[in-house]
Amino acid sequence: MTFRQRLGRWDVKYSPYAYIAPFFIVFGITGLFPILYTAYISLQDWDLVRNSGTYIGFEHFTWVLQDREFWLSLRNTFSIFVLSSVPQVIVATVIAVLLDQNLRAKTFWRMGVLLPYVVAPVAVALIFSNMYGDKFGLVNTFLGDVGIDPILWHTDVLPSHIAIATMVNFRWTGYNALILLAAMQAVPRDLHEAAAIDGANAVRRFFSVTLPSIRPTMVFVIITSTIGGLQIFDEPRMYDSTGTGGANHQWETITMYLYNTGWGKFNFGRAAAVAWILFIIIVGISLFNNWITTRLVAGDKPAQRSSRKKVSR
Amino acid sequence: MSLSRRKKHLAAIAGAAVFSLTLAACSSSGDTTATDGASGDTSAPAGDITLTVATFNDFGYTDALLQEYMDSHPGVTVVQNKAATSNDARTNYFAKLGSGGLADVEAIEVDWLPEVMQYSDLLVDLSDPSVDGRWLDWKTAAATDADGRLIGYGTDIGPEAICYDGAKFEAAGMSSDPADVAAMLEGGWDTYYSVGEDYVAATGQPWFDGAGATYQGVVNQIEAAYEDPATGEVIAADNPDVKAAYDSVTAASADLSAHLSQWSDDWFAALGSSGFATMLCPGWMLGVIQGAAPDTTTWQVADVFPGGGGNWGGSYLTVPASGANTDAAKELAAWLTAPEQQLKALAAAGTFPSQVGSLSEESALNEAFAAPGADGTPSKAVYFNSDTLGTIFSNRANAITVSPYKGEFYFQINDAMQQALTRVEDGSMSASESWDQFIADVNAVG
Repeated sequence: MTFRQRLGRWDVKYSPYAYIAPFFIVFGITGLFPILYTAYISLQDWDLVRNSGTYIGFEHFTWVLQDREFWLSLRNTFSIFVLSSVPQVIVATVIAVLLDQNLRAKTFWRMGVLLPYVVAPVAVALIFSNMYGDKFGLVNTFLGDVGIDPILWHTDVLPSHIAIATMVNFRWTGYNALILLAAMQAVPRDLHEAAAIDGANAVRRFFSVTLPSIRPTMVFVIITSTIGGLQIFDEPRMYDSTGTGGANHQWETITMYLYNTGWGKFNFGRAAAVAWILFIIIVGISLFNNWITTRLVAGDKPAQRSSRKKVSR
Repeated sequence: MSLSRRKKHLAAIAGAAVFSLTLAACSSSGDTTATDGASGDTSAPAGDITLTVATFNDFGYTDALLQEYMDSHPGVTVVQNKAATSNDARTNYFAKLGSGGLADVEAIEVDWLPEVMQYSDLLVDLSDPSVDGRWLDWKTAAATDADGRLIGYGTDIGPEAICYDGAKFEAAGMSSDPADVAAMLEGGWDTYYSVGEDYVAATGQPWFDGAGATYQGVVNQIEAAYEDPATGEVIAADNPDVKAAYDSVTAASADLSAHLSQWSDDWFAALGSSGFATMLCPGWMLGVIQGAAPDTTTWQVADVFPGGGGNWGGSYLTVPASGANTDAAKELAAWLTAPEQQLKALAAAGTFPSQVGSLSEESALNEAFAAPGADGTPSKAVYFNSDTLGTIFSNRANAITVSPYKGEFYFQINDAMQQALTRVEDGSMSASESWDQFIADVNAVG
């Protein structure tokens, strides 16, 4: 075999790996290495400044799991997540249906829906935390005018979660509506016409034609908002001036807990342990999502794809 | 399908897990360019160097001031990097203190000075016969480590007076003249509270802004509140002084407080709408009040503070030992913190001097407060209806006798205390429940 031949053979054999290598190299540097390094730090009593630590085993993990603040922040994260994701997906679907009608100035309405997404989250948080002021806020002033007692947005747990969920919804509802709209427009019009001829009204057509057809997109929207919801940080951090999540940890989320442990208390070993716990939680929820998704889209699962193994050569 | 889904998971997982580390990476790779120019330039001939000064908020070091130094020191170029907030500066400081990459002269705030003191060996010893006695004793003492090394030159301090709303005092049938108010409030915290009770009885309006801010004034008069200066041991839970301060402040705030947490949106709004009659007022607070309530004309300053004197805030300049030109940096820091320069900084940014030499220059201090703002806003003297603001704060600075000991955990414990007070103020817990929670938080520290 000549060198040229051998070269050609290597080309066929190894080039594909070279082509996909950049992703894995970048992932290795920005993803894999930090994950492993975080695991290393989480077992140490770490000093950021001197960049050194002493091995203390799983002490940080047991400490965090016994910390009242950790469980409160976990509760807050899930509560805010449910309060934001559920209404968000429902409202986004309704908006998408409305935009799917034959409207005048279509582009104008669609752009309008996307506008809140363009506003920086910090700006959104500033505006909303002003509105939700306990004494001089817009919302409470309005409630007072109507004769309702002011709501303590920064004291009571649920109101603070609702206020934060509002900011999240304000930002993401339009974005999700557009994704769902795109899916709806791909639904063949014949189906709608056939259903209409069969005597189905608009509501019936929505539930029996539109909704089943956009199910994969719906699953995508749900998964992305789940991941976003578990990592919520900007809005609750900007919700008051201290950014620590309330005097009684009313709205401290798990990412804020992580940040406060690291950059507030300079306990990076413990912060790394929190990061790993969050990592495990997200893996768990992703697996659960995975399971739900396979159930949901089982109907239109494509035929075996594994037959496309070993394409090379 | 399954591959792309897994990739999505990995992305999510990576994003979550590396959260804190990414932040660390960001801050350690950011804005080093100016510094690199200085520290990488070891081969440059002596006298031809660039010095960087890193500050935050506004230290009052104007371009003209830095130019003055460059003119008198040929071959030295001074570049200033400003961080937006003290918190940004703190993050950057600790991310780079060990690994290098800090500016030649780095500003630090007194709030995180205790954390910096743990790493005093990484900073240049700035003690020098030429600067002996330049600052108030307690200012220097706080930046001197156990080995007697001075690691920071004092810039400004926050001597506290009482700010009050003159119109509200008149409405309550009290004199609004600063001298009368000072005479009336002269004494301890009990006097401050009892005058407040009279005021509340007359008007039904709150006397001060909130328990948290008031407690801060009380605790800064306690020599060793949370930690034992000798051993560093946490004593907050057993210290009778802390419990007494907590009890007195929560008792007083039940009737006297507007129940506002400092720096909240409500608190800022209340400054403009005169939601309360008095507040503890360090020198730099004047700018905060004027900024939040530009159209109010009734705020005034009384030359008095409950329990004598108190300091809130202030900063230092440090020189990291990893810099390439530490001697030149030390010289620059000494020049910037000299009384003459600090007076210019006061005029530019309202940073009240910690230098003994400046504090005696009453007319210069008063003049600095009479300088109108750069954007045409009225001067502090006009806004607070007083020609003697410099004299007032100079008196307040000289009244400070206690230098509270702040150890490694001071910040965390004080934070827990502030949260405890907020829980009482907003009614989510009773004073005793909240104290128990505070004890639990203190026990979790470390």
